[in-house]
Amino acid sequence: MTFEDKTSNDKLNDFLEGIKSAFPIVMGYIPIGITYGLLATRAGLTVTETILMSLMVFAGSSQFLAVNMIEMNFDFFSIVVTTFLVNLRHLLFSVSLALKLKNSPNFIIPIASFLITDESFAMSINSIEKHKCKYCYFLGLGLTGYISWFLSSLFGATVGFWFYHFDVSFLDFVLPSMFIALLVLQIKTRRDVLISIVSGLFSILISCFFAGNWNVIIATLLAATMGVIIEND
Amino acid sequence: MIKNYFLLILLMALVTYIPRFVPLFLFSKANLPKWFIKWLKYIPVGVLSAILAPSILMRENQLNFSIHNPFLLSAILCFIVAAISKNIFLTVLIGIITYGIFSLIL
Repeated sequence: MTFEDKTSNDKLNDFLEGIKSAFPIVMGYIPIGITYGLLATRAGLTVTETILMSLMVFAGSSQFLAVNMIEMNFDFFSIVVTTFLVNLRHLLFSVSLALKLKNSPNFIIPIASFLITDESFAMSINSIEKHKCKYCYFLGLGLTGYISWFLSSLFGATVGFWFYHFDVSFLDFVLPSMFIALLVLQIKTRRDVLISIVSGLFSILISCFFAGNWNVIIATLLAATMGVIIEND
Repeated sequence: MIKNYFLLILLMALVTYIPRFVPLFLFSKANLPKWFIKWLKYIPVGVLSAILAPSILMRENQLNFSIHNPFLLSAILCFIVAAISKNIFLTVLIGIITYGIFSLIL
C-alpha cells in the first residue's frame, strides 16, 4: 500500500466515523423533520418551498418559527430578523470549531460552516479530537444530519398526513438526552460543574426576559468568562 | 401578506449562514491569543447547559420542578446513566424509554 492510499483510507474512515456518530441526531431529526414538513405545507408553503427551506436554511427551530409567522401573516422583514436572532448562537459554535478545523483545506470551510447546528457541534466536541482528519469526521457527521433533515422534511411535506395520528411524542426526549450525555462527557473538573450550573441558571433567568435564543448566547458568554476568571485565580 | 416565499427563504438562508461562516472563516487561519483559547474551552459546557436547562425545567414558559414534569425525571435518570456508563447511545435509549413511560403515567 502506498503512502497516499493509507492517508486517503484514514480520511474515509474518519468520514465514516462521523456518519456513525450522527445516529442519535438522525433519530432526533426524523420526527421533528416530519412535523416541520407537515406544518409548513399546512401553513401554505408548497412542497418545493418547504424542502427548499430545509435545504437552504437547515436550522430547525427557526424554520418552525418562520412557518408559524407565515401562518400569522407576519411581514417579510420580521421573519428574517427573527431568523437571524434565533440562529445567531451559531457564532459561538463557529468560533469554537475554528480551533479544531484549523488545518483544513480552504474549500472545506464554507461547507463545514453550513453544517453547523446545535447537534453537530455538540457531538463533534466530544469526539473530533480522536480523529486524524478532523474535517472528514465533521463532514460525515454534518452531512448525515443534513440529509436526514432534508429527507424527513420531504417525507413530512408529502405523506406526513399519513402519520398524523401516530403518537411519536416519546421521541421528544431524544435530543435532550443526547445533550445530557454529551454534557456529562465534557465535565472533567469541579470547575466544569460550577460553570454548567451557572450557565443553566443564567439561561433560565434570561429566557424569562428575552425571546429568541438570547439566553443561550448570553449565558454561555457569561459562564465561559467566569471560567477564565476563576481559572486565573 | 408574503407571496414570494422563495425570496424569503433565500434571505433566511443568508442571515443564518453568515454567523455560521464568518468566525470559522476568520479564525481557522489565524493564530488566536492564549486567553481566547482558554475562553473557548468553556464554550461546550456553557452551551450545552444553556440549551438543556430551560428545555428540561421550563414548561409553557414556567419553571416546573415538580415530579409531574416527565422531562425533569427522565433528565435526572439520564444524568445518572451517562455518568456511570459514559455511553451516548445507552443514555439516549434510557431517555426514550423513561420519557415514554413517565409521560404516560404522570
